[in-house]
Amino acid sequence: MTELFGIPLPALLGQLLLGLVNGSFYALLSLGLAVIFGMLNIINFAHGALYMIGAFLAWMGLEYLGLGYWWMLLLAPLAVGLLGVLIERLLLQWLYKLDHLYGLLLTFGITLVAEGAFRSFYGVSGQPYPVPDALHGATNLGFMILPNYRAWVVAVSLVVCLGVWALIEKTSLGATLRAGTENPRLVQAFGVNVPRMVTLTYAGGAALAALAGVLAAPVLQVSPLMGSNLIIVVFAVVVIGGMGSILGSILTGLGLGVIEGLTKVFYPEASNTVVFVIMAIVLLLRPAGLFGRER
Amino acid sequence: MRAAASAAMAHPELRQSPLLGYAALFLGIAMLPAFGAYPIFVMKVLCYALFACAFNLLIGFTGLLSFGHAAFLGTAAYCAGHALKVWGWPTPLGLAFGAAAAAAAGLVFGWLAIRRSGIYFAMVTLALSQMLYFVFLQSPFTGGEDGLQSVPRGDFLGLPLANDLTLYYVVLAIFIAAFWLIYRTVHSPFGQVLTSIRENEARATSLGYDVDRFKLVAFVLSAGLAGLAGATKTLVLGFATLTDALWTTSGLVILMTLVGGMGTMVGPIVGALVIIALENKIGDVGRTLAEWTDIAWFNSLGESVTLVTGLIFIACVLAFRRGVVGELSYRWRRRAERRAPGR
Repeated sequence: MTELFGIPLPALLGQLLLGLVNGSFYALLSLGLAVIFGMLNIINFAHGALYMIGAFLAWMGLEYLGLGYWWMLLLAPLAVGLLGVLIERLLLQWLYKLDHLYGLLLTFGITLVAEGAFRSFYGVSGQPYPVPDALHGATNLGFMILPNYRAWVVAVSLVVCLGVWALIEKTSLGATLRAGTENPRLVQAFGVNVPRMVTLTYAGGAALAALAGVLAAPVLQVSPLMGSNLIIVVFAVVVIGGMGSILGSILTGLGLGVIEGLTKVFYPEASNTVVFVIMAIVLLLRPAGLFGRER
Repeated sequence: MRAAASAAMAHPELRQSPLLGYAALFLGIAMLPAFGAYPIFVMKVLCYALFACAFNLLIGFTGLLSFGHAAFLGTAAYCAGHALKVWGWPTPLGLAFGAAAAAAAGLVFGWLAIRRSGIYFAMVTLALSQMLYFVFLQSPFTGGEDGLQSVPRGDFLGLPLANDLTLYYVVLAIFIAAFWLIYRTVHSPFGQVLTSIRENEARATSLGYDVDRFKLVAFVLSAGLAGLAGATKTLVLGFATLTDALWTTSGLVILMTLVGGMGTMVGPIVGALVIIALENKIGDVGRTLAEWTDIAWFNSLGESVTLVTGLIFIACVLAFRRGVVGELSYRWRRRAERRAPGR
């Protein structure tokens, strides 16, 4: 059997793939966080909760309505996007004139409410969710066994991330969005409905989080706590990458997932903490983040 | 009344009268057990009140939102518990060790976190505290998921602490000493510089203050005091668990300070009382609601404390940002201003 650094190659590649899967979730979530922060000046702590709700909707769709994975892959992001509209219109819009910190605190409160509500109905233990039939099994690539579902998660995440990047950087809608980030009053003076753009931005970010949640449901257990564990790592990812650049967020997310996966192989004890250690090092060497510019 | 208000404005030293109010407050707390208050409950409130006061030193008086203060509570809880239980250290030394360990953690966290400001500062502190949480989860000395159990109380300078009432007055004395330290800090020239950083960091820098150094000192002081709270809590309850270091605890201390009033001296104490009482009583409230409304779900309200604290969080941020004490003192000041239209 082929070995690399004393680790069997298939095991190494398996962990690498698992790292890429986690990295895809980091990328999807930090992308949403960055876009929302750019437009609303709010760090959306509730992003983890929206991801959790996405995963739960997938599970509930199957459990109560008999709607399978493919339906929920479409419906869950839509539903959570609508929830995002509600959150933004009812709660967040009152905070734009205040210090950023209140936005963080309010979305933290939303997180607690969502987590508490799901806990009171479903407890803290995870609910299993089956891999959809079409993506069952694995493909033998010769040098490794590639589980189809994990490959699918990475592929979808990459396509969606690049799609969002293209939407923001290459279309006129994206140009308006970027202009709105720079100077909302001027953009409004040109006749763009900025408040509606802000609402849609939040809804879009929320839908991305829910999409990540549905993708995660068959890989991880669907549990009320799955979001808050993830969001703190994603915060570290955002600090490392900086929120200035879309591609930067995607690359940082994927890269850190891979590093985490490799740490699981070589030094499993540190796999939980490695992202935070990297954050500390980046803060020492490049305080503004790898792709960041100081605001 | 009006004369007193204008006199206080003309002679700043007369504004020291809040000290009398604090003395009355602490005298009242000292007499609580005589009125049948459960000492352990009041001691728990005092520990969290100290925790919130320490946190308030940062958010209220320096303008830094630390989202990782549970790390300091947890570090001190474990270190003090370990020193008392495994090493058999005398109680005061164990408490001091806990606080010192938390201050050391605060030095490292602060040194890293002050490189970023505002929202990033909050995210960095949250991430660092989560890292420490995983370290505690995996280290053998913390007892992992079980926590550190049956920590002995020992005695404090010759007073045996096995008696709840003796412990009560020791804890109260620790609290008053720490509160006095915070009061002195806030009202010292150093504290004035901290306030100026909160109000306008760029201007403080341009006046020649080494802003980063002031922030770091404030951070370490706050971490050490939060540690003192954690160590004392371990002494009172006899155990330290992972919850002490969890991010939800960081959120809880923010909520306490917000409910009581950020940037007020007494606010965090009020906030701690409200939140701890709520955590203790929420199950009863749920059962009463279930009886009234016939909705069986309310019976489980005791297990979903986070749901209720989350709702309070949202309500406070949206409509009650001054907090209980902040709102009262704001109204009192406005009334005083209306009665002295010459100003």
